[in-house]
Amino acid sequence: MNDARANILRRLRSNNITLENDAAHSSTASLANRPIDSYWNKQQQIEHLTQNMQAVRTEVHHLSNGDWLDWLKRELPVRGFKQVLVGDNETGNRVIQSMEDSLKISRYDRQIENWKSELFQDVDVGITTTLGAVAETGSLILWPDKAEPRLMSLVPPVHVALLNANHIVDTFSEAITKLNWVDKTPTNALLISGPSKTSDIEQTLAFGIHGPRQLIVLIFDHK
Amino acid sequence: MHQTEAFQHRINKALNNQQVRQNIRSVMSSLMLKRANQFPDSEKLELQRTQAQEIRQRALANQADLLEQLEQKLTDNGIEVHWAETAQQANEIIYSILKSANATSVVKGKSMVSEEIGLNQYLESRQIDILESDLGEFIIQLAHEPPSHIVVPAIHKNRKEVAELFHQHFPELSYTEDVDELTLMARKILRQKFEQADAGISGVNFAVAETGTLCLVENEGNGRLSTTAPDLHIAVTGIEKVVEKLSDVPHLLNMLTKSATGQPITTYFNMISKPRQPGEKDGPRAVHLVLVDNGRSRIRLDNELLDTLRCIRCGSCINHCPVYVQLGGHAYGTTYPGPIGSVLEPQLSGIDKLGTLTSACSLCGACGEACPVKIPLPKLINRLRAESVNATYHDSKTPGTGSMRSFSQTLAWKCWQFIYATPFAYRLFSWVATRFSFLTPNHLGGWTKYRTLPKPARKTLSQLVKQEGFANE
Amino acid sequence: MGTDSPKKVYFFASCLVDLLYPAAGLSAMNILRQQDVKVIFPDNQGCCGQPAFNSGYREEAYGVARALMNRFPKDIPVVVPSASCAGMLKHHWPELFAGRTDELLALDIASRTFELTEYLVTELDIKLSDLGEPVQVAIHSSCSAQREMRVSQHIESLVGQLDQVDVIKQQRQQECCGFGGTFSVKQADISGAMVEDKTSALRDTGAQIVISQDCGCLMNIGTAFEKQSLINKQSAPLTKHIAEFIWERCHASD
Repeated sequence: MNDARANILRRLRSNNITLENDAAHSSTASLANRPIDSYWNKQQQIEHLTQNMQAVRTEVHHLSNGDWLDWLKRELPVRGFKQVLVGDNETGNRVIQSMEDSLKISRYDRQIENWKSELFQDVDVGITTTLGAVAETGSLILWPDKAEPRLMSLVPPVHVALLNANHIVDTFSEAITKLNWVDKTPTNALLISGPSKTSDIEQTLAFGIHGPRQLIVLIFDHK
Repeated sequence: MHQTEAFQHRINKALNNQQVRQNIRSVMSSLMLKRANQFPDSEKLELQRTQAQEIRQRALANQADLLEQLEQKLTDNGIEVHWAETAQQANEIIYSILKSANATSVVKGKSMVSEEIGLNQYLESRQIDILESDLGEFIIQLAHEPPSHIVVPAIHKNRKEVAELFHQHFPELSYTEDVDELTLMARKILRQKFEQADAGISGVNFAVAETGTLCLVENEGNGRLSTTAPDLHIAVTGIEKVVEKLSDVPHLLNMLTKSATGQPITTYFNMISKPRQPGEKDGPRAVHLVLVDNGRSRIRLDNELLDTLRCIRCGSCINHCPVYVQLGGHAYGTTYPGPIGSVLEPQLSGIDKLGTLTSACSLCGACGEACPVKIPLPKLINRLRAESVNATYHDSKTPGTGSMRSFSQTLAWKCWQFIYATPFAYRLFSWVATRFSFLTPNHLGGWTKYRTLPKPARKTLSQLVKQEGFANE
Repeated sequence: MGTDSPKKVYFFASCLVDLLYPAAGLSAMNILRQQDVKVIFPDNQGCCGQPAFNSGYREEAYGVARALMNRFPKDIPVVVPSASCAGMLKHHWPELFAGRTDELLALDIASRTFELTEYLVTELDIKLSDLGEPVQVAIHSSCSAQREMRVSQHIESLVGQLDQVDVIKQQRQQECCGFGGTFSVKQADISGAMVEDKTSALRDTGAQIVISQDCGCLMNIGTAFEKQSLINKQSAPLTKHIAEFIWERCHASD
């Protein structure tokens, strides 16, 4: 297959394309979808984010510091969930410590191969943290890692995401800079903007085709 | 001519299918409206399109360097890169990866390149169990049909047809025409497959050279599942999908989702840079990228035609095409239908095989205006028409140039040229036409099937202006 | 064109107008003359070359286009009562003549080519007073007017000046009528399906007249209406070029 590589590269190099100046130096830094001088303040960010997320049927709750735990404690049993999945981290610990006995809580602390069918068949809710969110598009930013693996936000029918209001940015571009995305290169990074959906049958919107049917975002203000 | 007859046959079949035409008309109208709502300010849209165009042009200009950088970064990240010059090579590579991993069951996310290279048929004939997991792709796989649209592949089917298809294949599930229930059914069926599959195959929307990142855009979550749940992930993509920097991605993503389905963003934007790292608990242990050329580097040799490669596969040109809306995708008989298909497919397969596609265009310009990266689609269609009747056009590298030239057509255009470029001939022609307009036949080919034949006026304008006292110099 | 000397223009009628719609051409020239523009109609005009150009026969298109270009030697505007033909001169001649000996003249002509309604509005700032009876019209702007010349706003604003004229918007206003020159013969059935959709959208408006700045569209739509009327005995809207429409309603004003 080395021939293929060499042949392709040779053909590509045999036509030297000269760009007009604009295209050669185009920068996406100025590509904001709104005037550059109108950065949103925190309240506006929360408003835009909430509006955009609700438009695609995401459930959003604004909570004050620490209240997210109370919310989970109150709401999860009421909604009839039986098995909750948390991460192998401090957030997971806090959930485990505060939940009633009626809920089974699993911690994602094993390799997937050891419990794949349980994850796929039994878990109702996955609770994850987020790195932040993009207000303009209504997107959560997740970099799944050792403590909160990739399938947590994908396989359970319900995904509860915890979002610190201070970590909301205006745009995806801004997030790339702020999170030092280029240098860190996470294994997997995600923008999640709602529950799983499809319009493949007659363009009729239906939720929960493969990923979570429900996305619940708990925004808390952490000083 | 064989290709032309076959195309005409498919066109007639498509035009006679009122149900599909209705399905497509209603979906296309809705997609156009949704897109328009995302771009309320036309001046800003122009700017956004220009910027997206420039990002893609920059990537194509430096394509060789960027592909090498991408390969280097991916390799450093632990992702193995393969190069395929042809569809055959790409299929062989993918099969050999599966084989050496002892993988026999595959779940697949939506990938147009895999359709282009005929991957499913190739693997199926080698006893690989391959399942399309995008709902639309799943539906047409059950129906043994190709996609009829690059973004909404099963749009030619209505819910009743889908319901019958599901019932036929899964008789144990009760019959329903409710879209929510059908969706839930598909979820159940496919869940199990995701859990058990040995490998996942996906396409790529953008491959970022700077970081070695494969980006996937989707709403359903099947793309994430295909690339995360199985232990092996093979991504396959055209070599033109490489972009330079991570900072190029937000704008392209923005233009892609808004142009494709009128969404400000899709549910999932999935960026994969590495296989499962030590200590990580899920994700594939091995990730491969197969870079497919299949004619693209040849297209790039022509400074006009290379604009074709800017395409980000949003399908907006298709949604806005007044011909596609009449025909649907299957009439084209190709992987990529509509305007982008009529430009790309003859270049990939040769004008002698698919040049006839360029005839299905009134050059109305709607596609070019809807393109988020400003591909001059009408201009390229016209260019390919010129190539199709002229073997030496601009030293073209397209296979089959000149193959559609016919003696009778050429003669007709020579006569036309003689009449219009020779004042005496034109005067004689118009004298005859106006005097003997009663001789104009009432039937003329397909024109009079839908219309009457226009009759020449009694006097031409050239004759009238003299009576009215207008100067001639 | 802010000079004091009287305005002079070349008028390029297009082959379709010359042979099939002379009344539209004459109306356009009368409107210009009434605006104190000296209208020059060069003899032996012929065709812009578009039919061959769009069919891939570029050498033949070049032969015809070159014969036409020599009719417009002076540095004055070329006004065309068709956005499609104006678009050919303005946007495709530079491509067709690229690298040939007469490229400079082609570029020069391209730069001084105007579609009729564009010239009336942007160069003459024409003021119309409507003398006609109340009427409802639907406007069909050609694809070239909308997307190539980008002049479709001018037909709207001209009609907007006519007090007694009510404009009714059709569904899918921007969609092609299906003409596309040789497309309508080569892909007759697709073209036929398109013109059926277009005519039914226009009928649905209930307008008495359909107007356009392009005779190609009018020929397509008008003859389709005629055929449908023959089959269904239904009446259909009239079709009329914008120049003829304006001239009929306004020309007694001075």
